[in-house]
Amino acid sequence: MSGLPLLSAEQMASFVARGFLRFDAVVPDEINQQFMDAIGEIAPAVPGQKLRRTYGEILARADIPQVGAGTPLSGTYPQGSAINRLLNLPLVAGAIRSLVGEAPVFDHHFLHVTFPPAYHEGGESVSQHTHQDSTIDPRQAFDLQIMYYPHKVTRPMGGTRFVPGTHLRKVSEVALGRYQNIRGQQHMVCEAGTLLFLHSGIWHGGGVNLSDETRTMFKVRINPSRTQVRQFDLETLKPQTEQRPIFYLKGPLPPSVEQTLMTPESWFEQDTGRLEFVNRIQLWRYLTDDPTYDADYWLTRLENNPAMA
Amino acid sequence: MQRQKVLVLYLANSALDSPVVAWAVYDGTGSTRTMAGDQDEPPFATGLAALKAGWRLFQAAQILPHTRGQEFELSYLKYEFFFEQLVEIDA
Repeated sequence: MSGLPLLSAEQMASFVARGFLRFDAVVPDEINQQFMDAIGEIAPAVPGQKLRRTYGEILARADIPQVGAGTPLSGTYPQGSAINRLLNLPLVAGAIRSLVGEAPVFDHHFLHVTFPPAYHEGGESVSQHTHQDSTIDPRQAFDLQIMYYPHKVTRPMGGTRFVPGTHLRKVSEVALGRYQNIRGQQHMVCEAGTLLFLHSGIWHGGGVNLSDETRTMFKVRINPSRTQVRQFDLETLKPQTEQRPIFYLKGPLPPSVEQTLMTPESWFEQDTGRLEFVNRIQLWRYLTDDPTYDADYWLTRLENNPAMA
Repeated sequence: MQRQKVLVLYLANSALDSPVVAWAVYDGTGSTRTMAGDQDEPPFATGLAALKAGWRLFQAAQILPHTRGQEFELSYLKYEFFFEQLVEIDA
């Protein structure tokens, strides 16, 4: 046993279904302040100065290490630094362990600073196109992206926009940029110290900042190095003894992993929404190492091939 | 002088009267600047509602057969419909 507070089966099922877990105001104020101090004061907009230069100055000055991709996560941040302390919070360490297993690896990090309109002299203040990070990723395995909000984010400040349930779609980065709005999209309006744990495939983008305050978010991408299988709190995983009744129901069914996995998103197309269910079941099979697991008979039906028996 | 306004609707299936699940507006008149994440509720409930409001359909996504072995692979939204309005602007 790791001794860490691992994610429950229900939390894991929610991550599998929706591609995110959100923890509001869980990072202590002292760490948030330490992180903001490490970034340093962001200078007011300078007339005639390009935003790229302002941004470059912030990144160069911030007390955040420049680290090679592939470094063990445990050796990425100096002991006592804000991010090191954040990653060692029991809730955070337990969630990382549950999602990417032992000995995770640092992929990259970035300080996202979104500037108010005053900084955009001569340019346009717009939101970021919706995209999936990295590039086409055909794996069943996934990386974890932790979004850290060190200060309060209001709706006028924009916030990270993300679309629950999009993480199992195989797309090529910003090829989907044409979609301006998707039903069910969420905007990260939150208190200081909020964390958003994202499946690396989730569709997201930075919201436009229309306030007069600079918005800061720090992202860390983490890779598994050993196994992601059965790393969560297995004591909360109830054995599946039978399939639930489907379609003809006399009333709502009780909460369960199956209920979570079979809850659609409001943007689901009617036919491909069923394929989303199939893909969620496949991911659950992978994470629980249970190749016969099914929810609501979707895969049992497809795998029933008597002629092959 | 005319400019084109483009409305893109993504529907729940290939029928124009099915619900909108995603959308975008691009305004060639320059009078509005739409962008990602600017609207949490769709401008129309269905594609048919857009037709009734005077938007002209000019492109619809094809319904394509599924490649064997990749039947469960999902990527981009499937039911994409492009509409336009031609808007008079001052020269």
